[in-house]
Parts: sequence; structure tokens; C-alpha cells
Amino acid sequence: MSIAQLHSTENRPDAMPADLASLEVWFDRRLNEKLAEREAAKIPSLAVIATKGTMDMAYPPFILASTAAALGWNASIFFTFYGLELLKKELDLKVSPLGNPAMPMKMPFGPRWLQQLNMPVPTLAAALPGFQGLATAMMTQTVKSKGVASIGELRALCLDAGVRMVACQMTVDLFSYKKDEFIAEIEDWIGATSYLAEAKTADVCLFV
Amino acid sequence: MDMESHQMLDARGLNCPLPILRTRKALNAMRSGDTLKVVATDPGALKDMVAFCSQTGNALLSSHQVSGDFEFLIRKA
Repeated sequence: MSIAQLHSTENRPDAMPADLASLEVWFDRRLNEKLAEREAAKIPSLAVIATKGTMDMAYPPFILASTAAALGWNASIFFTFYGLELLKKELDLKVSPLGNPAMPMKMPFGPRWLQQLNMPVPTLAAALPGFQGLATAMMTQTVKSKGVASIGELRALCLDAGVRMVACQMTVDLFSYKKDEFIAEIEDWIGATSYLAEAKTADVCLFV
Repeated sequence: MDMESHQMLDARGLNCPLPILRTRKALNAMRSGDTLKVVATDPGALKDMVAFCSQTGNALLSSHQVSGDFEFLIRKA
């Protein structure tokens, strides 16, 4: 007795038909339904590799991961090389126009025309002692006045939302860091192999 | 008995991605069918709120500009 005979189609339009032509149509329809079901049930995922430790480059990983979590996605960030700075208990991130020629130098306060004025800094001036501190203070003030979250806030929001944070074991050894310099929320200390295995199945994978 | 509640979220002065993160947090504390009114000043929120709702399955009932503010009405899925 064949399967077709077992499942008589007489009173059930959804059941598998007996003849081959109808069977193909039925199968295509069921396959599409099943694929759509699977797509709808899937939880999207984001995997970010954060390699930079400056204030400007700290934003993309935390903004994208916190937003992904808000969308209900599974999000993780792998911090490696200078990216480990973003996991320090005491965040002390700096930004400088030195080697960062696209960075606008704008006043964080004063009249609107002044705030909109870009003041290009000669490379040599940007290399002067104290200039990095000034640029960092200006950026910090601008961020605050424009209602953009600080890195500390965004990191806390990511942790609240369940963003998985993993750090590179090799970097700790390379730069002789002590693990107690870093926040306790780091889920794991791993290597390239482990993160690639995780990133492989991510829908969105970004290198920052 | 209709027990729907209407919540209000003031996200004015906040910039991307904070309006969306605050919206998510507010919705988490609400019950299915409840509505949330969000007021924001971030022009990016106009498109982001549409994307947020379509991604999360919550219904964006309305979205409009009132003087300098953007107002959104969302019904929790």
C-alpha cells in the first residue's frame, strides 16, 4: 500500500494527492509554507568584531549591538586588540584629529554659526602636547549637548539588553593586561577559532 | 472590560539609538494590546520607528510631526 493510498485526498484538500502532477504542485506549496514558517520563527543575529579603542570608534559596536538587541536579535561583540579598551572598568577613551583627517573640529558651545564652523587643525598642531585632551573634551561636550549617549551608558544598555560580550585571550597576553582591569560581565575569553564558529551563523557580521 | 492602558514616553532631546532603546524598554514593561505614545526630536526616529515596528511586529498606528516634535503611536504586539 502506497503513502498516497494511506492518506486519501477525498475529504482533505491539504492532504497529499495521489497523481504525480498534483503531487508536485502540492509539494511546492507545502515547501514554501514550511520555508516561510522557518523564516518567521528564526531569531536574527548580529556578530561585531570591535578592534578600535578610540572614543569615535567605540560608538559603532555599541550602537549596533544595543539596537539589534532592541529589535529582539541575538547580538554579540568580540573585542580584540585595541577594542579591549572598551571593556575596561574605567573607560578612558580618547579621540584625536591626528591620523583622523575626516574628524570635524567644531565648538560644542557658543552661537550656532560658531558651532557649525569647522576649524581644520594643521597636523603639526594636532600633535602638540595636550591637543588630544582638548579634542576629547570637545567631543565629549558635543556628544552630551546633542543628546547622544556616552560610551559608558551605551555599554551599560548593551549589557542590560543581554548583548554577549567576549574578549580576545591573545590580546590580554600580548599587551600584558590583567583580567581584573576589565568588567566582570565579559562572558568568555576566547580566540579567533571560537568567535568565527559563532560568527559563521550570524545574519549580520561586522568588523569595526 | 477594556483594560488597555496608554503609556507616554518622552524621548525629546535624545539621539540615535536612544529613542529606539527607550521605546523597547517601555514596551517590555507593557501588556500586549497596550498603546505607547513616543515623542522624539531626533529626525532619524521617523524612519527608525517604522523599521523598529516592522522588525518587532508591533503596530505603528500613527506617525506625525507636531511643530518641532515627532509623535508616534505604537500598539504592543
